[in-house]
Amino acid sequence: MNAIEDIRRVARDPIEYARRYTNETGVRALGYFCSYTPEEIIHAAGILPVRLFGFGKKIVRADAHLQSYSCSLVRSALELGLSGELDFLGGMVFPHTCDSIQRLSDIYRMNIPFGFFEDIVLPVKLNSESAREYIVNLLAAFTASIERGFSVTVSDEALRRSLVLYNEIRDHLGALYRLRSRHPRLCSGADLHDVVSASMVMDRTGLAALLADLVGELSARAEGLGDDDARKRIILSGGICSHPDVYGIIEDAGGAVVWDDLCTGTRYFEGALDTTRPPLEAIAHRYVDTRVTCPAKHRSLTDRADSLAAMATEHRADGVVFLLLKFCDPHAFDYPHLKERLDREGVPSMLVEIEDTLPPAGQLMTRFEAFVESLG
Amino acid sequence: METIEKKPDSEKERRKIKSVARMKEIMTGYYIEAKGARQSGKKVAWITSGGPVEPLIVMDVIPVYPENHSAMIGATKMGGDLCNRAEEMGYSRDLCSYARSDIAAAVTNGGPIGGLPAPDFLVCCNNICGTVMKWYEAQARFFNVPLFIFDTPFTHTEFPDIARNYVRKQIFEYIAFLETVCGRKFDYDRMMEVGRLSVEAQRLWQAVLDTTMHRPAPMSAFDAFFHLGLIVTLRGTQVVVEYYTQLLAEMRARVASGISAVPNERYRLLWDNLPVWYKTKWLSETFAAHDACLVADTYTSAWSGQVEKLREDDFLESMVEGYSTIYLNVSVAEMARSVLGMIDKYGADGVVMHSNRSCKPYSLGQYDIQRIIQKERDVPVLMIEADMVDERVFSESQIGTRIDAFMEVVRSRKSG
Ligand code: SF4
Ligand code: SF4
Repeated sequence: MNAIEDIRRVARDPIEYARRYTNETGVRALGYFCSYTPEEIIHAAGILPVRLFGFGKKIVRADAHLQSYSCSLVRSALELGLSGELDFLGGMVFPHTCDSIQRLSDIYRMNIPFGFFEDIVLPVKLNSESAREYIVNLLAAFTASIERGFSVTVSDEALRRSLVLYNEIRDHLGALYRLRSRHPRLCSGADLHDVVSASMVMDRTGLAALLADLVGELSARAEGLGDDDARKRIILSGGICSHPDVYGIIEDAGGAVVWDDLCTGTRYFEGALDTTRPPLEAIAHRYVDTRVTCPAKHRSLTDRADSLAAMATEHRADGVVFLLLKFCDPHAFDYPHLKERLDREGVPSMLVEIEDTLPPAGQLMTRFEAFVESLG
Repeated sequence: METIEKKPDSEKERRKIKSVARMKEIMTGYYIEAKGARQSGKKVAWITSGGPVEPLIVMDVIPVYPENHSAMIGATKMGGDLCNRAEEMGYSRDLCSYARSDIAAAVTNGGPIGGLPAPDFLVCCNNICGTVMKWYEAQARFFNVPLFIFDTPFTHTEFPDIARNYVRKQIFEYIAFLETVCGRKFDYDRMMEVGRLSVEAQRLWQAVLDTTMHRPAPMSAFDAFFHLGLIVTLRGTQVVVEYYTQLLAEMRARVASGISAVPNERYRLLWDNLPVWYKTKWLSETFAAHDACLVADTYTSAWSGQVEKLREDDFLESMVEGYSTIYLNVSVAEMARSVLGMIDKYGADGVVMHSNRSCKPYSLGQYDIQRIIQKERDVPVLMIEADMVDERVFSESQIGTRIDAFMEVVRSRKSG
C-alpha cells in the first residue's frame, strides 16, 4: 500500500511536506486554519493551500500573547507562527470563525510579518439571501486580492477546473468514509484520519490521483469481506481531531470509529459544488446549502443536531464520542443540546475534553472501555 | 501603609451621587413593567447589549437585556451558584459567565429578581462576540421563540462596502421580522424621533463620562458601571435623556464645588474590560485607599463611542456603521489606539486590565495592548485575572497584593 505510506508521511509532518514542495516546485503556499477557507480559489491561482495545526509544539513564545484560557489550537497556531517555521509560506488567510480565531488573526498581523495576509470575514448566519450575496462578494474580493498579492490572474476557466478537482477529491474522501463505514476493518481509524489531514496539505492534483487509487484498492478488498465485525460502531463529534492515537485506543477498547462530525473530517469534504453555477456562487452555495455547518455559524436552531442524529441512524452508530477542545466556546455551547438530542434518539454518548495532548492513554482506555461496555 | 483618615459621615454623605436614587427608581419601574408585560399585552424581546434596540422601541416592544440581568446576578453574588447549575446542565465552566448564569436563571427562575420575563422573540447582534449567537440559539430553543441575528462583520483593517451593504440589508430584514412578530407596520416617523432621542442620550452619556477629565474626577469608573444601565437598556426613550441630563448637571455641580469620587485623588487610572461585578465595592475601596481613582474605562464608553457616526436625520442608515464598528468589533491594533487615546484624554497614570476568563474577544490581545501602552506611553499596567460574574475564580488576597505592588510603581513613577 504505497498510497497510504505517502499519506502517512505527509500527515506526520505536513509543514515539512509543504516546505519541501514549495522549494522543489517554486509553487507558493498559503496557510489557513479553518474549513471555510475557499481553497478552490487559492488552488485556481496556482497556490498551494496548507491547513495548519501546530499541535504538539511546546508553547514558549505564544504565552506572551495569549492567556491560559485560549484553546490549544489557537495557542499552538500562534506558537507555530512566532517560531519562524512558517516563513516559507507566501501568506496567511483567516476566515472568520470564533472569537479566539478572530483575535489570533489580529495578533498574527501585529507580530508576524507576512507578504500576504487576508481575513475573510464570513457572515455568521447562513440562512439569508443577503448573507449568500455577501459571501459571493467576499469571494470576489478575496480573488482580486490574491491576484494583486501574487501578481497572478485567476481565470474563470481555472476556477471551473479547480471546482471539478475539488469535487473529485471530496467525492473520493466520501467514498473512503462510506467504505470504512460498511467495513470498519478495511482501514484503521488513524489511517483515514491521516488521509483527511494530508488532503488539506498535499498538491491537490497528485492527491486526487492518490485518492482514486486508494478508493480502488479498498473497494477491491471490500469485495471479499463479510459482515462479521462485532465491534461497537462509534461516531466522533467535535472540532478538529489531530490526535490519531485516539482511534487506536477506541479500537483497543472494542469500538471502531465509523463516521465523524469533525472539521478535519466530514465537515471538510461533505457537500458537492454545483458546477453548473458560476464558480464563486457555487462555493457560496456549498457553504450555505450543502455542507454541514460548523457551530461558529448559524443556519437553523437544530441543523447540527439533526445532522448528527441522521449520521447516527445512517451509519448505525452504537454510540457517539464528543471530542471537545477545552476552551472552545462554539462547540461547548452546542454540546448539551447535541447530547440531549442523542439521548432522545436513544444514542448513548460520552464527552472527552482534550487540551493540546490527550488525557493519559491508560485513563482514556478505561473510560472508552467502560463506555463500549455500556453499549451492551 | 498610609493610614486612612476617618471622614465624618456628613463628608461621606456629601460624596454620594444623589441621582442614584432616581436611577434605581427608573430601573425598578422598568423591570416591573417588563415582568408585567403579559398582563399589559406588550411584547418582550431579549436583546444583546450591543444590539440595535431603537427599532424595538419604535414597535413598543419591551427590550430586556440578559447581560444586564447577569451583571445583577454577579453584583448580588449569585453568580457562582447559577454558573454551577449551568455546569450541571452540561455547559462547560469555561464559557462566558453571563451566558451560564442566564441559561441557568431561565431554567430555575433564579437570580435577584426571580428570573427575567419570558421573551416573545430574541434579537442577537454579534458585534460584541460570537458567544451571544450560541447563547441566544440555546435560549431560542429553550423558550421556543424566533431568533433574529443581526450580523455585523468584524473589522480587522477596514469596514468595506460589501460588509456595509450586507448590514444595511439586514436593517430592513430586521424591520420585516419585527413587523411579522408584532403583527403591524413599522412607523418610520416614530423611528426619526426614537433615533433622535438615542443620539441625544448617547451624547449626554459621553458628556457624563467626560466630566472625569476634571481633576479631581467627580465620579469614577465604578460609578459609570452603575449609571450605564439606562444607556444600555432604554436608549431611544425620553426618560433616558432626562436622566442623563440630571446626572450631567449633578456631575458639573460636583466639579464646581470640588466634590470628588475619591477623597484625595492623586493617581488617575484607566480600567479595561468588563467590571468584576461581585467585587466593585472592594476594588473601588482598595484603590481609593491608595488615593487612586479609576477615572475612565473602555467598557462604559462603548455605548457612546460611535455616537459621532450616528445621524439624527438618517438614523437607520447610520446604524450600519454605528453598530458595526463598536469597540469590541474592531482589531486589537485599533483597540490599542483607543486605549492610548483615553490615557491622554483622561491623564491616566496607570492602566488596570481585567483579564476576563469569560470574555475572549475582550481579553485575548490584552497582552499586546499592554506592551503597546508601555512602549508608547511608558505607563504602568496591571493585569488581573478574574471573571465578571463567577466569583469562584477570584482570589482577593492575591489580587490585593498585586494592587499594592502596582500602586507602589505608580507612586514612584509619579514622584520620580
Ligand atoms: S472554534 Fe474552538 S477550537 Fe476552533 S479556534 Fe475557535 S475556540 Fe479554538
Ligand atoms: S462578556 Fe464577552 S463573551 Fe460574554 S456576552 Fe459579553 S462580549 Fe460576549
